[in-house]
Amino acid sequence: MSTYPWAAGFIDDGDRPQIVTSRFQYDDSYTLDRYHATGGYQGLKAALARTPSEVHEEVKSATVLGRGGAGFPAGTKWGLMPAGKYPRYLVVNGDESEPGTYKDRLLMERDPHQLVEGCLIAAYAAGLSQVFLYIRGEMPLAHERVANALNDAYAAGYIGKHILGTSFSVDIVLHWGAGAYVVGEETALIESLEGKRGEPRLKPPFFPAAIGLYGQPTIVNNVETLSNLPWLSVNGATAYTAIGTATSPGTRMVAVSGHVNRPGVYEIINGTTTFRDLLYGDEFCQGIRNGNELKAFVPGGGSAPWFTPEQLDLPFEGRLVGAAGSMLGSGAIMVMDSTTDIPKAALTLTHFYAAESCGQCTPCREGGTWLERVLQRVVDGRGSRADLDQMFEIGESICPGTFPHASSEALGLQAAPFPYKMTTICFVGPSAYAPVHSALTLFRSEFEAKIVERKHIPVTVGAPIDHH
Amino acid sequence: MTVTRLNEANTILAKEIIGRYPKARSATIPLLHLSQQQNGYVTDEAMAHIAELVGATPAEVMGTATFYEMFKFQPVGKYLVNICGTMSCQLLGADELMHHAEQRLGVKAGGTTADGLITLEHAECQAACTEAPNMQVNYRHCHRMTTESFDQLVDDLRAGRLDGEIPPHGTLARVRQIIPAEKSAGVASPDAPVVPAWMPEAAK
Repeated sequence: MSTYPWAAGFIDDGDRPQIVTSRFQYDDSYTLDRYHATGGYQGLKAALARTPSEVHEEVKSATVLGRGGAGFPAGTKWGLMPAGKYPRYLVVNGDESEPGTYKDRLLMERDPHQLVEGCLIAAYAAGLSQVFLYIRGEMPLAHERVANALNDAYAAGYIGKHILGTSFSVDIVLHWGAGAYVVGEETALIESLEGKRGEPRLKPPFFPAAIGLYGQPTIVNNVETLSNLPWLSVNGATAYTAIGTATSPGTRMVAVSGHVNRPGVYEIINGTTTFRDLLYGDEFCQGIRNGNELKAFVPGGGSAPWFTPEQLDLPFEGRLVGAAGSMLGSGAIMVMDSTTDIPKAALTLTHFYAAESCGQCTPCREGGTWLERVLQRVVDGRGSRADLDQMFEIGESICPGTFPHASSEALGLQAAPFPYKMTTICFVGPSAYAPVHSALTLFRSEFEAKIVERKHIPVTVGAPIDHH
Repeated sequence: MTVTRLNEANTILAKEIIGRYPKARSATIPLLHLSQQQNGYVTDEAMAHIAELVGATPAEVMGTATFYEMFKFQPVGKYLVNICGTMSCQLLGADELMHHAEQRLGVKAGGTTADGLITLEHAECQAACTEAPNMQVNYRHCHRMTTESFDQLVDDLRAGRLDGEIPPHGTLARVRQIIPAEKSAGVASPDAPVVPAWMPEAAK
């Protein structure tokens, strides 16, 4: 048996390298004792034996891609801070809430010390004076595990003043959210951490590396990204890049959910593992449930345009998936089999993004809501044929010019270029449209089947009313 | 009425939390949670008190509080049952689970049972998608729910069998971070820029 009841959903069948999940096999993986017994805090010691810029260079040369969604290399991100401007902050993004995503919660609950050590290495390398570890509100177990880990690490001298007897001093403050999807966007996360409504900031000028928390240079990194650093610091960039491909080195945690035989969270080799491996492989999901056919899948979290069986042989590689019109996003695959009611599945996601709109940008606030209403009408059997084109029109107002209209099929417009143009500050608006666009483009007949044709009631023109 | 302001012990805790941030207002959300833990929901008096503590106006604190799903502004049940309805859960029976829950509890989503014990809510993705359908009780995850396991859970909640495991609504983590004063590296204030001692520029 390769699943662990204390790490619900995590499966480590097979002989794959483990960078971030190596301790999940222990039921006490979250304790300092277990962490010490399994090489814990050796990465911090290795880092402190070098200069900050040497550690930074190593992270850069390992090309540790961000695991939150955008996939931007962490080492490069750190390098974007203006020289000489202090204090600089690290904000840890533990606000995991993209539909389909389940990995950061596991990392915080099962290996909090690894995350803490990753924060320390990042703070040392990039000269960050204070760390704020922002955990999603609806994850109290993660809070408890991380709080315990921080308390133990303070007591052991890993955090705080003169860490391990050096001049390196940094506090890590545990902060918690209160339920808002949009706060996972890095500038909204910063607003929230400043005690405000979690409304994203306009970029430019508010790139966090330049103008972030309290207007200071700020690095926002995802939990999984930071959890890679202890292993990298101990084993080196060469060992790290030996796993995966040149453009996508290392491993990734991927959650595969929906209509598969063995849904689970897997640590996979980056860049080479294909969607077919993941959905059908023996060491992964072992095929579609009940022997059904695969209809479609979402490759990278609810915001990502959908794929069909045609794209199964694509590897889990950001550029290739991007070229195919979608994204790897947050490592979340949701699988739909042949029994799936596609319009309803799209409605579920559109409802999510419409409900989670912060309301700042009109195209998202109004457009998302209208998309949901029109789609709901179609799903309920009250829709008309015009509603289908109406949804494309609403989508156009959020993502202008990038999505092909049904009416422009004659022009040969098929692929949905990604990322799209957008009229909104952040990605929530386009995310409300992505599932509708995908579903309508790929499975239009299913929408049409829900439309009940009604005969027009002829309007009888009577005699003019005599007002006198 | 001052009874729903933060009590003495929580006010001390609130000041300690504020002291961890370069700017007091950053403590707004943690303090709102603290007030919800004390009272079960966020009261106007608590928001006014938090505003005094963090140096904001009550309207600013309310503006923040109302943005976030988890803050409640009227009493809810001792247990908040959130059934996830986002994609993977919906694909694997969330609608049926919600329908069953409404029947079993005799309330619609958003309602509270007559005995005041359980408030039922429709929720969005809970980061447990491989374990669908999923739900939370006071934000504690319950994986792979069935109508039977839901009934069992309700029986257990009513009989008080989960009292030790699930604290009443408002209490999130039962472990708090403690930063010992003698170990703290201190806040990094943007108003008093200091080059970190370990960076090469510090030596110049």
